[in-house]
Amino acid sequence: MNGVHDMGGLQGFGPLAAESETQTLHDDHLFDHDWERDVLTMTLAMGATGTWNLDESRSVRESLPPAQYLSIGYYRVWLQSLERLLLNHQLITAAEQASGKSMTKAAPVKRVLLAKDVSTVLRKGAPVNRAVDSLPAFALGEQVRVRNLHSSTHTRLPAYIRNHTGIVHKIHGAHIYPDAHALGQGEQPQWLYNIRFSATELWGEQETRRGDVHVDCWEPYLCTQS
Amino acid sequence: MTATDKTGNTPDDPHGAAGHDHPHDHSHLDDTALRVRSLQSLLIDKGYIKTDTLNALIDTYENQVGPRNGARVVARSWVDPQFREWLLNDATDAIASLDFSGRQGEHMVAVENTADVHNMVVCTLCSCYPWPVLGLPPAWYKSAPYRSRVVIDPAGVLKEFGVILPESRRITVWDSTAEVRYLVIPERPSQSEHLSEEQLAALVTRNSMIGTGLALPVAGQSA
Repeated sequence: MNGVHDMGGLQGFGPLAAESETQTLHDDHLFDHDWERDVLTMTLAMGATGTWNLDESRSVRESLPPAQYLSIGYYRVWLQSLERLLLNHQLITAAEQASGKSMTKAAPVKRVLLAKDVSTVLRKGAPVNRAVDSLPAFALGEQVRVRNLHSSTHTRLPAYIRNHTGIVHKIHGAHIYPDAHALGQGEQPQWLYNIRFSATELWGEQETRRGDVHVDCWEPYLCTQS
Repeated sequence: MTATDKTGNTPDDPHGAAGHDHPHDHSHLDDTALRVRSLQSLLIDKGYIKTDTLNALIDTYENQVGPRNGARVVARSWVDPQFREWLLNDATDAIASLDFSGRQGEHMVAVENTADVHNMVVCTLCSCYPWPVLGLPPAWYKSAPYRSRVVIDPAGVLKEFGVILPESRRITVWDSTAEVRYLVIPERPSQSEHLSEEQLAALVTRNSMIGTGLALPVAGQSA
């Protein structure tokens, strides 16, 4: 989706320093408010129920009204998205959300994360690489072009690389394809490539410092440079 | 400390089995705090989440998993050339050998700073970050100024962090668009030959592993 979450290369957001109420650029302090801890842990614990996947939750976050997404702060974005996911999946009702009181029978969930399993579950993570029958369409060192795609739903193709040419730097294997996974269409794994773009290719000739930007791109985002 | 130390044992809710009371004490609750508390109590009532699970989760990311993990990886790579090669070729396995693995770090890539190249990591689309080695991302990493500018003006961002690189130094930016997470291996500080691996790890800052900083100089040396 062409949304405001897709920030690479945007200008006008100002310097970094003013960004947080209490955190500096160097300290290891993680939260501005106590409730942010609760939003984080609720989001992780609800994610562990397996009711939705990571791509769907990203999709919901970036679908918030743009002005809200930009202004309410990181953990409020997470909170509102968690509420939406809970409502969308009918785990809670709007009346329950408003009152904070349970009024209906709980919906069945695949699993409930217990404290004793937290360490094991976090350590295991959820690898997204998958075996596929196809061979990668592009080879290491090959020049490729990013297709001019404007998906109206979730995608991990940032706008700033569209239509630009880069070099295949690494092939990561086949990974779950977020564009399909976010829509509940299954994993549909696709080959994933790390593509190297030169700074001048992306940002023009005024770019004087030599440099590159590397972006991980799924095969459907790419085409042969001709 | 490693995530394996974690047993999930945290004090139960002192207020009893109902579990409605929050582990932290608030005296002044603003609207958002009330809304969060209300949702949390609803989800606990529904049986979807458990208070001691929430405590174990926050304990993990506040006390167990953080940038000290990544610092140990970097220090090892400074003293052990074989480990460094392994790290550069297969960071997921090399890092797992030190017992750091898991959520938001399932697929790791390590990139090394050299006299020619400085690496920086960003997630322009959200906030992807290598949790098992760096913990939770700091606020600035998730902010619009950082996410928007690093890809187009990395030197300008570095300057705000107080890092000025020679003009000739190439800057390579890694945008974490997939479930692959990037760890920067900063350059080893000069005149650090006499230091132990543990002393070296103390010189590795969180920012140096994101690429918005350098490793600290050895005491008595300039950077």
